[in-house]
Amino acid sequence: MTPEIGAGAVVVALVLAVYGSAAAAAGALTGRPNLVVSAQHAALGVFVLVTGALLLLVHAFLTFDFSIRYVATNTNLGTPFYYRITAVWGALEGSIVLWAWMLALYTLIVVLRHRQDSRELYPWALAVMLGVLAFFLLVMTVPAPVFQRLSPVPPDGRGLNPLLEDTGMITHPVCLYLGFTGFTVPFAFAVAALATGRVGDTWIALTRRWTLIAWYFLSLGLLIGGWWSYHVLGWGGYWAWDPVENAAFMPWLTGTAFLHSVMIQERRRMLKLWNITLVVLTFSLTLFGTFLTRSGVIASVHAFTQGSIGAFFLGILALVVLVSLGLIAWRWDDLRAEGALDSVVSRESAFLLNNVFLVAAAFTVFFGTVFPLLSEAVRGEKVSVGAPFFNLVNLPLFLALIFLMGVGPLIAWRRASLANLKRNFVAPVLLGIITAGVFRLVGTASALTVLTMALTMFTAAAVAVDFVRAVRTRLRAGEGLLGAAGGLLVRHNRRYGGFAVHLGVLVIALGVMGSHAWSVQTEATLKRGEATELAGYKVRFDGLAAREESNHFKVVGTFTVSDGKPDFAVLRPSKKFYPQEQSPIAGVDYRLGLKEDVYLVLGDFARDGSHATIKLQINRLVSWIWIGGLIITLGTILAILPERRRPA
Amino acid sequence: MTRAWRWLIPLSALPVLVLLWYGFKLNPRDIPSPLMGKTAAPFTLTTFEGQPLSLEALRGRVIVINFWASWCHPACYEEAPALERGWQAYRERGVTFVGVDIQDKAEAATKFIQDFKLTFPNALDPQGKVSVDYGVYGVPETFFIDRQGRIRGKHVGAVTDQTIREQVDRLLAEPS
Repeated sequence: MTPEIGAGAVVVALVLAVYGSAAAAAGALTGRPNLVVSAQHAALGVFVLVTGALLLLVHAFLTFDFSIRYVATNTNLGTPFYYRITAVWGALEGSIVLWAWMLALYTLIVVLRHRQDSRELYPWALAVMLGVLAFFLLVMTVPAPVFQRLSPVPPDGRGLNPLLEDTGMITHPVCLYLGFTGFTVPFAFAVAALATGRVGDTWIALTRRWTLIAWYFLSLGLLIGGWWSYHVLGWGGYWAWDPVENAAFMPWLTGTAFLHSVMIQERRRMLKLWNITLVVLTFSLTLFGTFLTRSGVIASVHAFTQGSIGAFFLGILALVVLVSLGLIAWRWDDLRAEGALDSVVSRESAFLLNNVFLVAAAFTVFFGTVFPLLSEAVRGEKVSVGAPFFNLVNLPLFLALIFLMGVGPLIAWRRASLANLKRNFVAPVLLGIITAGVFRLVGTASALTVLTMALTMFTAAAVAVDFVRAVRTRLRAGEGLLGAAGGLLVRHNRRYGGFAVHLGVLVIALGVMGSHAWSVQTEATLKRGEATELAGYKVRFDGLAAREESNHFKVVGTFTVSDGKPDFAVLRPSKKFYPQEQSPIAGVDYRLGLKEDVYLVLGDFARDGSHATIKLQINRLVSWIWIGGLIITLGTILAILPERRRPA
Repeated sequence: MTRAWRWLIPLSALPVLVLLWYGFKLNPRDIPSPLMGKTAAPFTLTTFEGQPLSLEALRGRVIVINFWASWCHPACYEEAPALERGWQAYRERGVTFVGVDIQDKAEAATKFIQDFKLTFPNALDPQGKVSVDYGVYGVPETFFIDRQGRIRGKHVGAVTDQTIREQVDRLLAEPS
């Protein structure tokens, strides 16, 4: 009965969502509040039904209910407990369920938080949220039904894709989807603003926290994806410019641009058109990302799903883009700026440049991602665009962004005076130059590395100078050191939260730079007892062992690593043989460090354990990327707290 | 001023949408194989009934080789009835269907064959050698071989009645 109950719940939820969306829109048009109340009840009903469907699916996975095709395809009797839960979103149909559930949850929170505070915008926003939700429920009903019965019921299932049996897969999709779905809220309020003609600051003030939350989860999702790639895939990298990674990166870029550009609208009443466009773009890119992953239009390691689902996503993408841009054209006259740019040397222009670079980066990533399609359409040739293109094009943009990260928050609004520039930037510029000089003299770095280090140092120093000066002012006013620093963070939490996020990004930039510039690797075939050396590490092959795990067969190598001192580490990389997979899966073993990671992959080996081939990498500064993620987390939490400025 | 130009904003999105729509018309299952046109690698296996099964012995017939496994569902479960129908329809017309079961347990495979009442020859590929020779990436994959023993078609994923008909009719139409 489970498949029928689940499918039934989804259909009822779909009907409710369609009704709720229509009722909310009708309520907004006619100004009858009871229609909106009815839509709220529908939203609650949808949430309960989708939650029920999700729980039903989890239950089916936990009890190995192979009468559901999706369960049989993505689990087998050997799948461990936790991975049976994560297998729920291990493939297309289930991930849509998770997506719809999160969207239903966000919709409910929007109802709870905003039904009182914005009577004009809220009904339209609710209509949009429920409309988007209805689309996902439609996908769950027609092209990707998760509760499909499998007959005859097989005795065992196929099993989860072994690469997904990792803790990173518990959190990565959850974060990514929370980010993707989170951008629905600002989008919904933006459409509401266009529909009502209230394109002022209200919608931006209402959605500031929502945007931050969505942005944060998207960032975290990207970082965890990188961590998964690094410690599971065994190629020693964390980012490959794969179309699906790009799909998540593009909305991140435009979302970041949006976070910054709204500050100009709040302060100077400029960029109304730009902000609305950015939010439409960001939301469209989340849909585009799903379209890309799920349609099989562009070849990717992540994309294997075909069928009509791509047409559905293209349909909603077209609808969203055409309707939103149509609304923008309709409200064209209301979207004109009230303020004007006073000077090129001002905070506005720094933020504008930041936006231009971020959107340019998003555009180049978009272009590189769809170029194979374009090439096939125009010239009939299959081509692929690889990492070299993306690195080359984006590197100057990212370096410029690092520089602007130092300039933007400190330069004065409207028109920066020479005194303002001197006060804020002399010390950071000097520090940047000194850094460049030191690295140049030491001679261990390329020009690019020197430049990156100098820019990073400049920006970090700019942030530090600002903070130190503010603390000093408070000290003079008689506060204690801890009280002064803490008080600043609490009272200007939005500003310093943002600074902390910037520092996190700088730390990540150093990690990316270090891993590119200074990592080394080697391959070696070792007899038992033999050792190879790399960058001061000695790796000795001690032998092989084989064992049967619950759902696969595993060959484990034992390697003793020493760095001059004995007993540094024993690493046990492995090869896992899953019956449902053609080729074995590498199990990487590593020793993480602040300065460098020792990263070992087991290659071919002799069955008698007499020799084995290994790939040994010393990856420099990679840990900084994960540390940067932590700093971003702390900064976002700080920025999201309610502002507690002392009354003037 | 009419400001009609502002309606160009939504129109500007159309080329991108059209490009994405074009992507659908490409068939991602139509994967180029370097083996296309080459002579199919010979093999000799033993069917589940204990009969020898040799590709060489079938030369002169159109051959459909299907790589499958009992743990491969839904795809292999979906295509099994279509393969049996194809075999029944074409067996008298000089076409042979061959199933190669890879990375499987014999009992599970036998049960699969019984469940779907498959009557064309099926054999286990014990060391996976045949699937390596054919560059099989995953199951199911189906190869279409002409009367001269050359690989002429490859299909990744579950085959349908229509795919079988198109491929086999094309090869049957060629002069022998």
